[in-house]
Amino acid sequence: MNILMTLEMAAECHPDRIAVTCGERSMSHAELLQAARRAGARIRASGCRHVGLLDVNSLAAPVALYAAACAGIPYVPMNYRLTKPEIEALLVRIEPAWLVADPALLEGVNIPAGFTVTDREQILRDACDGQSVSDEPALADASAVAVQLFTSGTTGAPKAAVLRHENLMSYILGTVEFGAADERDATLVAVPPYHIAGISAILSSIYACRHMVQLPSFDGQAWLETCRREGVTNAFVVPTMLARVIEHVDASGADPALPALRALAYGGGKMPAPVIERAMQLWPTVDFTNAYGLTETSSTIALLDPEGHREGFNSADPAVRKRLHSVGRPIDAVQIEIRGEDGAPLPAGEVGDVFVRGGQVAGEYLGVGSLLDADGWFPTRDRGYMDTYGFLYLDGRADDVIVRGGENISPGEIEDVLRRHPAIADVAVVAVPDTEWGETVGAAVVLAPGAQVAEAELRDWVRERLRSSRVPAVISFREHLPYNEMGKMLRRVLRDQLSA
Amino acid sequence: MNTLKAGSRLKSAVCDTEVMVVRAAAVEVSLECGGAGMLALTVDKPAGAAPSQAFVQGTLVGKRYVDAADRFELLCTKGGRGSLSIDGVPLDVKQAKALPSSD
Repeated sequence: MNILMTLEMAAECHPDRIAVTCGERSMSHAELLQAARRAGARIRASGCRHVGLLDVNSLAAPVALYAAACAGIPYVPMNYRLTKPEIEALLVRIEPAWLVADPALLEGVNIPAGFTVTDREQILRDACDGQSVSDEPALADASAVAVQLFTSGTTGAPKAAVLRHENLMSYILGTVEFGAADERDATLVAVPPYHIAGISAILSSIYACRHMVQLPSFDGQAWLETCRREGVTNAFVVPTMLARVIEHVDASGADPALPALRALAYGGGKMPAPVIERAMQLWPTVDFTNAYGLTETSSTIALLDPEGHREGFNSADPAVRKRLHSVGRPIDAVQIEIRGEDGAPLPAGEVGDVFVRGGQVAGEYLGVGSLLDADGWFPTRDRGYMDTYGFLYLDGRADDVIVRGGENISPGEIEDVLRRHPAIADVAVVAVPDTEWGETVGAAVVLAPGAQVAEAELRDWVRERLRSSRVPAVISFREHLPYNEMGKMLRRVLRDQLSA
Repeated sequence: MNTLKAGSRLKSAVCDTEVMVVRAAAVEVSLECGGAGMLALTVDKPAGAAPSQAFVQGTLVGKRYVDAADRFELLCTKGGRGSLSIDGVPLDVKQAKALPSSD
């Protein structure tokens, strides 16, 4: 079992169908398979042990992913927004490597001795000429590492999460029907290649034989224009991207019409309620899907499907209405369990730690080993609860829980309350050290333009709606909150600032 | 007679069919394509062999094949003229589920 099988089958069934388009250039399934085999043969001959990618989305990304599978070594796409010292620290961890990189990103970077460096143009040129290579089965076996992703690492050095061929294939076979796409379908890939959603987008699209359109660098206008130009029928975005598209439409008065778009999936972080509600107003005929997953679980483990969105959006019943803010139900291929502090499963409605089990769950880091327990359960470190209908609601990360005098406090409920205050544009709640309580509640607040509010008024606002233990002891007003480039809140940074 | 291992890939001895084992009960069975025992991918096919006339419905790439008791599921990774059987009983095509695209 090898992820290359997805491309071999697509090339067997639809050799001349377009697999991927980036700007003016496209490749068919047959061309992509040939490019991967040729690059794979060169990589194997080089003796390198990893295939690295340090670049934006381009045709070179799927070529490198499948070439690594041909060569039987891990594919390691890296974050091109890192600083030079951060990039150098990652490069030494994958030596000797065959690296596809944008030359501009490598200026002034010390490249380890065991590296073969090429750029996206070269890998595509090499793929088009040179001798043909045999179609011998790929080397890697099911338990070989297919993909290695460095986590964003807000604490210490980034961890290297590994995904084996069997994990990724388990995900694909459990969630995608082969060749299910129509020839006119096109899916827009806007997430960067180093994100798990960027990997699963390639594998899912190829296996579904769905034309992939890449957006090398995201902004709201470019996303809308690409959707229209390429007749995009399906797209995946992280919540920040959807917010940017909506901001662009609302600020510029641009026409939001996307006549070809049928399905819009999102995931990779918490979706703010006003964003999804506005999106459902703007595109009422589009099917929305919320996908919850982690790098360590080969992507999606729970889905709020289009029907769940419509039920929530159209219902007056609060128990159904709130469904719009759930991450849906577990997919068939995994089991999800909510556990209490003693490790025992919790009944519906009670918040605990989210555990997941299934063939796609890797739960493993290099140098750390597997985090799965004896029965195969992986602690996601997410907190949440399951309602009586089986819908999963997330409630922040376990590491972000505030323990005040032995009482566990979730930042999410306090943030939700503060966000409803008219003077507040954005807010984050974190633990701050406290001599009396151990930890107490700290809030970083960004005011709406022109708004003013006293700390006492915000404390009263929380006290009236939640218990007194939830009232922020520390309130800090700021211009903006720290987010990473994928829109993920950097709570650790904020916690350090508020504790200082 | 062999036990089938999930994830393993096999090819027909008498046509172009190739399959991957998706699920398999831990019992010994005889998996055939075109009426002849299937081979490991690395083994050479006998020359000139053809499917038996009782097993020529063919296989289609991407289709999943299951037995009536749902103990075995095979994914066809390359189509061919022969059809699949376990212990002489033909396998059926599993109906595809409609899945929302999450990628």
